Amino acid sequence: MAAYIARRLLWVGFLLFVISVITFVIFSVLPSGDPAVARAGRSPSPELVEVIRTQLGLDKSKPEQFIHYLGDLLPFVGGNGIYFGFSYQNNTDVLPEILERLPATVFLATGAVVLWLAIGIPVGMLSAVKTGTWMDRLAMGIALLFISAPVYFLGLVALILFSEDVGRFPILPGNSAYGEATSFAGKVEALIMPWCVLAAAFAAIYARFLRGNLIDTLQEDYIRTARAKGLSERRVIFRHGVRAAITPIVTLLGLDIGILLGGAILTETVFNIPGIGRYAYNAINLSDLPVIQGTVLFGAFFIVMMSLIVDILYAFIDPRVRY
Amino acid sequence: MSTGTGASDLLHAEDHGVDEIVAGKAPVAARSPLQLFWRRFRQDKVALTALAFIVLLIVIATLAPVIRSIAGAPEPSATSTDALDDFGLPSGPSSAHLFGVDDLGRDIFSRVLYGARTSLLVAFIGTGLSVLIGVTAGMIAGYFRGWVDTLIARVIDILLAFPVLLLGIGLASACSTKDGCLGGTLQPGLTIVIFIIVLSNWPYVARIIRGQVLSLREKEFVEASRSLGAGHGRIIFREILPNLVAPIIVYASLFIPANILLEASLSFLGVGVVDQPSWGQMLSKATTLLDTAWWYMFFPGMALLLTVLAFNLVGDGMQDALNPKSSKSR
Repeated sequence: MAAYIARRLLWVGFLLFVISVITFVIFSVLPSGDPAVARAGRSPSPELVEVIRTQLGLDKSKPEQFIHYLGDLLPFVGGNGIYFGFSYQNNTDVLPEILERLPATVFLATGAVVLWLAIGIPVGMLSAVKTGTWMDRLAMGIALLFISAPVYFLGLVALILFSEDVGRFPILPGNSAYGEATSFAGKVEALIMPWCVLAAAFAAIYARFLRGNLIDTLQEDYIRTARAKGLSERRVIFRHGVRAAITPIVTLLGLDIGILLGGAILTETVFNIPGIGRYAYNAINLSDLPVIQGTVLFGAFFIVMMSLIVDILYAFIDPRVRY
Repeated sequence: MSTGTGASDLLHAEDHGVDEIVAGKAPVAARSPLQLFWRRFRQDKVALTALAFIVLLIVIATLAPVIRSIAGAPEPSATSTDALDDFGLPSGPSSAHLFGVDDLGRDIFSRVLYGARTSLLVAFIGTGLSVLIGVTAGMIAGYFRGWVDTLIARVIDILLAFPVLLLGIGLASACSTKDGCLGGTLQPGLTIVIFIIVLSNWPYVARIIRGQVLSLREKEFVEASRSLGAGHGRIIFREILPNLVAPIIVYASLFIPANILLEASLSFLGVGVVDQPSWGQMLSKATTLLDTAWWYMFFPGMALLLTVLAFNLVGDGMQDALNPKSSKSR
């Protein structure tokens, strides 16, 4: 087990290195224009461009620039802690700005995860047990509809139906209510709609996934054995079936959480929630390259970390995993 | 499902089989995997309807200019201030503008129509290229094994660990300056979106194909062909590839809706398609006019939803047809 974890850690270290290479290539090698101009944001002054050029050492060779970049990212090298760059547009360091927005993103993600598990898992189980009935067909039909609907369209429809400012049935706080809310209860209320919208597609994916897994599992020999032993159907399904069918969900869940923590960019954009995703979206509109680079790095870091956690967790809960 | 059904299922299945044989209607004929696949797919009425819808959509997208002129709608990029009210706000659906107009007075019907072209073009080209690269890489890795396999498999692992949407956003915004990327070969817009799609899809295709080829290459018919003196080329193209056609079609059909959504999402965020009308881009612009112009978000959104839904239904149907034992069919 220890060797397995060590191997995984090595792989993660390697992945993080590759990610730093890829982000460097994307933001510093591929673009054809003047990198200093690109980083300066919209309509910069020539002085600022020169400052950026010397500050980032953009006149040096690419390998030298990469080592400089790596030194910035690593905590104990380069002399400036973990440094994600500087937004010349806003005159702020990027990383503190990201961390400031992390709570909103975490809040949004947590609520949505709870919601989609609470809906997706029971629906998936029920659909698997009652395969082919009208209930199963209806549930899977709705699931496919939610999977096909882009989250921003769902969000806009929800806003136009239920939000207090533009809705036909104004029962929930509207767009940008989260930023204006001062109390915890106010924030929760502001997030009800985003939670539901974000959770819809995920709940649908999880329900379909669990249903498929459970149907396959229930055809395994050991399930027949369990039935032959005279176990109750309930015990066969829950203890033997669901136990095995639900483990792959852990992988899915870990990766999805990783993706969301990097910023639920589409949902945050539609509902104007001041999280990391919204920060990235604003940066795109302002062509604020250092911020975009920072949020991409941050998101990639979360995804890699979550996949590490998932791999280790998985080895614990599924005895069939070979180390 | 009770414990008894397994055995009775088997009995019924046998009855059924005997009936067909006794009736002797079907002449005995060899069927290719693709024919069997089609026969099973045909049974799924919902998927068949969705397929018809997609065919219709392709026709509409191809004939967009013709349909536009028959419907009497203006050019998608033609602005008309007449359609805006005194406050500069767009007017809703009317006989002159079927789906209303947007904030610049452009006809939404005509933009949705041309948006179908963008969506389908990006999705088909992107998926096609991904499949081509993925199948080639997976085939080489699975068939020749050795160090080539190790290399390709590692590259796949790395790419699969990388967040797609983030990567796409980063790449698209880094290349969104007028100079583009790679000395101008990667320009913002269609090219970059297709590039992102290919980059994120081919590892999935390659992994699936590699797995299939690894098992196919050990099969008896391949050994037989080899012992008859067939070279690598013949074995790959005449023995292995035909067995991969059905899974390739199925996976392609599952990638297309995902790619339509990816294009729309990138365009929604402002890093996707720029010059042509795109559904995602229209939804993005409609966000600020939500309270005054519901039609601006409704029609492109519905077009996107129905298109993706149809592709998903067909993909599901194909998956069941390929693998009749799995999920949906029972």
